[in-house]
Amino acid sequence: MEKKALLISGNESCVEGALYAGIQFFAGYPITPSSEIPEGLSRKLPKYGGVMIQMEDEIAAMAAVIGASLTGKKSMTATSGPGFSLKQENLGFASFNEIPCVVVDVMRGGPSTGAPTGPSQGDVMQARWGTHGDHPIVALAPNSIPEIFTETVRAFNISEKYRVPVILLLDEIIAHMRERMVFPEKGELEVIERTGPTVPPDQYKPFDVSNSPLPLVPPMAAYGTGYRFHVTGLNHRIDGFPTNNGEIIEKELHRIMEKIDLYKKDMFRTEAYMLDDAEVGIVAYGSSARAAKYAVNELRKQGIKAGMLRYVTIWPFEENAVEKLAQKVKFIVVPELNMGQLIFEVERAAKGRTKVHGVNRVNIEIIHPHDIMEKVKELSHGI
Amino acid sequence: MAFEYEKYIRKGTLPHIWCPGCGHGIVMKSLLRAIDGLKLDKNDIAVVSGIGCASRLPGYLDMNTLHTTHGRALAFATGIRLANPRLKVIVVSGDGDAAAIGGNHLIHAARRNIEITLIVFNNSIYGMTGGQVAPTTPIGAIATTMPYGNIDPPFDIVRLAEGAGATFVARTTSYHTAQTEQLFKQAIMHKGFSVIDVIDACPVQYGRRNKPREAPDMMQVQKDNAIPLQLAQKKKPEELVGKIITGIFVRKEMPSYTETYYNTIIPRAQAK
Repeated sequence: MEKKALLISGNESCVEGALYAGIQFFAGYPITPSSEIPEGLSRKLPKYGGVMIQMEDEIAAMAAVIGASLTGKKSMTATSGPGFSLKQENLGFASFNEIPCVVVDVMRGGPSTGAPTGPSQGDVMQARWGTHGDHPIVALAPNSIPEIFTETVRAFNISEKYRVPVILLLDEIIAHMRERMVFPEKGELEVIERTGPTVPPDQYKPFDVSNSPLPLVPPMAAYGTGYRFHVTGLNHRIDGFPTNNGEIIEKELHRIMEKIDLYKKDMFRTEAYMLDDAEVGIVAYGSSARAAKYAVNELRKQGIKAGMLRYVTIWPFEENAVEKLAQKVKFIVVPELNMGQLIFEVERAAKGRTKVHGVNRVNIEIIHPHDIMEKVKELSHGI
Repeated sequence: MAFEYEKYIRKGTLPHIWCPGCGHGIVMKSLLRAIDGLKLDKNDIAVVSGIGCASRLPGYLDMNTLHTTHGRALAFATGIRLANPRLKVIVVSGDGDAAAIGGNHLIHAARRNIEITLIVFNNSIYGMTGGQVAPTTPIGAIATTMPYGNIDPPFDIVRLAEGAGATFVARTTSYHTAQTEQLFKQAIMHKGFSVIDVIDACPVQYGRRNKPREAPDMMQVQKDNAIPLQLAQKKKPEELVGKIITGIFVRKEMPSYTETYYNTIIPRAQAK
């Protein structure tokens, strides 16, 4: 039998990916250019017995998602820049308390209200550092409609498996454009459920990792299942209760950060395109990577051996990939729909082994392949 | 026989953080007697709070407990209730938490008539942060951010909740423990959103800058000034100045959110 195939938008693909992953709860608030996600889930989620609620604001939507996740349900919300700013308060709560949830941010032009229908990749650093304090976070940035589907599934998997909020960074271009999507069959993609408690209720401590099947990841009980536990946004002990003991505070903060470090290889995803013999490296992500790929092909036709390293997982950032690239290329170009954000990570990872140059636009137009090609050609002349 | 509060209190969590003279502990005891009287299973109760003195309450209770961010408890609780309709969800909140930073969540939980009980520990001041003016501080009262007397008119939590559509609204005081217990019982069993405004005393942050100053005198004011709604309705407005009108202001049956979602929306979606 032929697989189901449809021409759908990126936001619709995200809805389908979430349903494939087994989403049970969605809370949202309307905001362009993400609104097709709550609209789609309000139609489809109740068919599966799940709940979609439009909350009174972005802050409440993030809060409701955390509440639902604490009852054991796979939960998600979706927003865009201004709403993403509002989410940060409770996103920090989820990060600190290791509450699985997926937050979709369809990036639009900023700062502030900015350009609601204009494309942007301006929230890369906000995704990493948007909420106060040191905290663990994962961010994924797909670049096509089929990849939005698979990365939405992966976002749920990483979130549930490792107890960490995962941000799915889409942008206005890939959220609204349409592509052919061939739907995977049930069972074709892995779908991961969170690990429940391994001890009886009287011995359960919500942040205890001594009996964890996965080191550093505490098994998670659900409210209403006989495991009566406490969760607080204050610094807490492994039993969930507040503490002012500096030693415990430091130990717990280190654990939640080290957890990401321990499993980062399972979270990393990059694509190497024409890198084997590349003399010029382009490091790209999201919609800009589509222009970068086109640019690589055109540059090669013109005799310049370009290649692209595409980041699908942005946070945690896979430094080794850039480091290796930096050793063999004459220079690196980083196209971004912002004034330069991920370029700082690329420069840091390149460790001075090669020069790193940005190609940037904030005029609410997409990055064109020729923007990248011109920069590469200009830089090639000097070598 | 004395009531055994211990069976609802988590071992090792006491003493609580509340100051001597604070009414919060008294209200917590009324809540536990109400829960016990309703014969609710501890596993089936979620107690959620935001930030402030009252928000420390869930930590002491041996239930499903969640201490969230400032003002957001009702939004977290909405997620819990919708995702697990078997749970009785109780939110405990201070007056600043509920009516200032959480005011938007309060009116929308009321409008939605979601099955949550909100208990407002209303002591007219921001206690934990040091006596700043609250959206419930009377005109003229002294607060650390209103050192020349408050000019910011206070909310009446009961009228606010009623206006927003809450289907059970009541008021009592921390002095009236039997009434508090009874109102909590009725609120928890109410189908829909219930709000109880509990007038409480903060001698440390409110009393010390205002009159009366001492905790026992503040309790005496609660006792002396409380007037049941039925009696108040027979009085002229000028006779009610400074009075605390207690009792049930609103109790009506309306479709509640979670029940309607599960009984109406899901079958409708599945039929298509």
